[in-house]
Amino acid sequence: MAAPMLRWCCLGRRWVLACVDSGSRHGRGAAIGFTSSRKRGQSSVAQQPLITAQKSRKGEHKWAAVVGLEIHAQISSNSKLFSGSQVRFAAPPNSLVSFFDASLPGTLPVLNRRCVEAAVMTGLALSCRINKKSLFDRKHYFYADLPAGYQITQQRLPIAVNGSLAYSVCAGKKPSQVISKTVRIKQIQLEQDSGKSLHDELRSQTLIDLNRAEGQLRVDANISVHHPGEPLGVRTEVKNLNSARFLAKAIDSEIERQIHELENGREILNETRSFDYKLGCTMPMRDKEGKQDYRFMPEPNLPPLLLYDTASLPPGADPQQVINIDWIRERLPDLPSETREKLIQQYGMLPEHSFALLNEVGLLEFFQNVIKETRAEPKKVTSWVLNIFLGFLKQQNLAVNESPVTPTALAELLNLLDRKAISSSAAKQVFEELWRSKGKTPSQIVSEKQLELMQDEEALERVCHTVMEGHPQVVMDMKRGNSRAINKLIGLVRKATLSRADPTVIKEILEKKLSS
Amino acid sequence: MCLYILHIAPVLFWLFNAGHSLGDLDGIPIAVKDNFSTSGIETTCASNMLKGCVPPYNATVVQKLLDQGAILMGKTNLDEFAMGSGSTDGVFGPVKNPWSYSKQYREKRKQKPHGEKEDSNWLITGGSSGGSAAAVAAFTCFAALGSDTGGSTRNPAAHCGVVGFKPSYGLVSRHGLIPLVNSMDVPGILTRCVDDAALVLGVLAGHDPKDSTTVQDPVKPFTLPTLTDVSKLCIGIPKEYLAPELSSEVRSFWSKAADLFESEGAKVIEVSLPHTSYSIVCYHVLCTSEVASNMARFDGLEYGHRCDIDVSTEAMYAATRREGFNDVVRGRILSGNFFLLKENYENYFIKAQKVRRLIANDFVNVFNSGVDVLLTPTTLSEAVPYLEFIKEDNRTRSAQDDIFTQAVNMAGLPAVSVPVALSNQGLPIGLQFIGRAFRDQQLLTIAKWFEKQVQFPVIQLQELMDDCSSVFEIEKLGSVSLKQ
Repeated sequence: MAAPMLRWCCLGRRWVLACVDSGSRHGRGAAIGFTSSRKRGQSSVAQQPLITAQKSRKGEHKWAAVVGLEIHAQISSNSKLFSGSQVRFAAPPNSLVSFFDASLPGTLPVLNRRCVEAAVMTGLALSCRINKKSLFDRKHYFYADLPAGYQITQQRLPIAVNGSLAYSVCAGKKPSQVISKTVRIKQIQLEQDSGKSLHDELRSQTLIDLNRAEGQLRVDANISVHHPGEPLGVRTEVKNLNSARFLAKAIDSEIERQIHELENGREILNETRSFDYKLGCTMPMRDKEGKQDYRFMPEPNLPPLLLYDTASLPPGADPQQVINIDWIRERLPDLPSETREKLIQQYGMLPEHSFALLNEVGLLEFFQNVIKETRAEPKKVTSWVLNIFLGFLKQQNLAVNESPVTPTALAELLNLLDRKAISSSAAKQVFEELWRSKGKTPSQIVSEKQLELMQDEEALERVCHTVMEGHPQVVMDMKRGNSRAINKLIGLVRKATLSRADPTVIKEILEKKLSS
Repeated sequence: MCLYILHIAPVLFWLFNAGHSLGDLDGIPIAVKDNFSTSGIETTCASNMLKGCVPPYNATVVQKLLDQGAILMGKTNLDEFAMGSGSTDGVFGPVKNPWSYSKQYREKRKQKPHGEKEDSNWLITGGSSGGSAAAVAAFTCFAALGSDTGGSTRNPAAHCGVVGFKPSYGLVSRHGLIPLVNSMDVPGILTRCVDDAALVLGVLAGHDPKDSTTVQDPVKPFTLPTLTDVSKLCIGIPKEYLAPELSSEVRSFWSKAADLFESEGAKVIEVSLPHTSYSIVCYHVLCTSEVASNMARFDGLEYGHRCDIDVSTEAMYAATRREGFNDVVRGRILSGNFFLLKENYENYFIKAQKVRRLIANDFVNVFNSGVDVLLTPTTLSEAVPYLEFIKEDNRTRSAQDDIFTQAVNMAGLPAVSVPVALSNQGLPIGLQFIGRAFRDQQLLTIAKWFEKQVQFPVIQLQELMDDCSSVFEIEKLGSVSLKQ
């Protein structure tokens, strides 16, 4: 039986399969990275553009690699694509299975409206043409996690086609060396998912869970190599890649492997491979004998899906029964590129920072909430959010929504910093404390730890005077123009004030004293 | 026949006393073909694959009948998975036509040679809804549900002397009807008279959110008007339906029926359905393709029969499906998969879809030219003896017997078989009316008028009732009583 192992279509009966062609006309084309809003870190997958690997051995000409991605993304909805049963994470196995999900004889699919709307939104966000008429098909194969013996998909005429996605790639080491690229989206289709197989090696059996409610993003990559100018090479499919990092590794290693095989006179087989994370290379999948004929056939129980726009909407149509593309388009939120542009315009933010803010789920919202509540400059807020806040999150592997520090707390902290109530090193201490102990406000921590900056200039002058008197040699060095000396003095003064003095002010006072 | 005999009177008495007012079908006994899902009641499709399977839900049409107070008598026998035209190929055995035991038939057969065992030459019911037709014919219920994919309700209706009605596709929900061909199946209604069929249709028709192929338009309850004047009607007689295999008796009744309409003032004209001859092959391709797809779910994993082999999943599938399906089902699966292969899809499946469109258009053109209904035979001849029927295989018989009925399924039109008269052998002959899509009410109105004209005789089973024990061995299994 040549069925692909863990089904290449996503979990949850509410998946959108999107196909993106990354710059070639080869094969099935690739996919979009569409985020499932529940999972953190599931930001847009960076697609591999057309890359060129040079092999200068023996004067070989260049190789060009062609990569297409199929991305399976779960739609966020309350119930499944074709059945009324609920969707819930981490439910006990087979507890969310309707009669249709179990493919009981006589049950029929009923299309979920929310899923169609989500697919249209996705298509619009990716600049696709939305097909006003799309069709459903059956794709047949036998596998234990596919109870009906076929999957309902959109092979002939999917819901959206011919889109594109612009993205940025770091061209060099510096964060500012960012170049813009575009990848083509071949199509987006709605499809049903298979169940989950759990292999119990001990008892030589496989357990099947038909819930299909896991929020994962899965990618299959189609890869081939050829010499530019020559016809495209035989492609292989690498399945079930779950992270952007492994996707990149898998593609790279497969390209290398193919080049290596071809340069040694061997052929590439049109086969399915999986990526071995430990070995760092692709392996042929077992269970694959010959090519699979899916015997596609129209799904007779689902009439063609008709979508309307304002111009074509039939008069007196029941809004419950029709979907208006224009209506959905009007309600699309800002797309990432627009949001980034706004950030740059509004806050004078650097482009690379705008990317960073959008690339972490919930970070932008966090940032905006802080901005709302603080008087501090946007650049300061940006720096704190991206460097310190994000740093803490990453260190402890937390999502933004799991952060112990709220936007209000950070805003308050930045306010304290802004009116120079505390020094920036004190602020960092406060932040650490905020992170560790919940419930305390920055002001509370500042007063508990006595981190307030000295406001009394006269007192500070006295301290400076005392320190200067205590270290005449250093003062001498300073007078001679030794810049390190002044820093030493500043450090001494700070220590004497228990870090409660602003180094800038100390420096001013010392310099004033020197010159007098 | 596999039926439960019910003592009706005590049931009605009990219901009446209990003060239940349940609806239009209050206390009416009905039977349901065993390919409709019935909650808590075994549903087998007459197949080993589903023997012992008890579904957890009711088909929509079953639920609607029960909601109106109907009493489910039992599930009726059929050809396995509704594949066949004789009701002879199910795992519970063949269905016997009650007319085999009728006085009308037996009297005619007294001229036959002696020494023949009484029961050895019993007649088929036709199929695949033979059990339902027999149940209605033998007075065990007032109405029965069948299914109709290529004629499976109309064919046995004609052979059993009852009304067999196929509604327009999309009018009645298929949710819970275990599918044969999703794009052609409809629930069928078998009753003793056209009025009853209309009543049941009124209960069943209407949009079902669980079936996306049902139409959204609201359906008003049916009360058939009594037609007295047919002079405004135009009856079409398709010339391609004058098949050489048509028995002379059926042809004669067909002709008389046409004359009847004409004599009463209706316009009767010859029409043409030019693609008729391609119909059976087209049907075969599309039917087997959908069958191959629909049967894919029977793999022994979630429900139904599972073989003992557990060496590997593939081995388990293969053995389960070999053991679970009869060779008719397996044959159709193999054919269907062949037509769906990538290299064949264009030449077979797509081609057949195109031909199907042409066939449907034939009907549209005829109806657009002013014809109200078409009048055709339902079957080639009266019911034949079982021993003769099984001389040819299922596929051959289906191809022969569906000739007048399956084009209707391809076009999604409503049609009804009405019993006309008895043959020389004392067996029922039926004729078919075909109507415009969603003009089911008009179709039944005309059928009702015709029924009144022909006055088909009641089956005489009195001898049979008196002689119960010698013939109905099955009844030893017990009769179900709802006495409380």
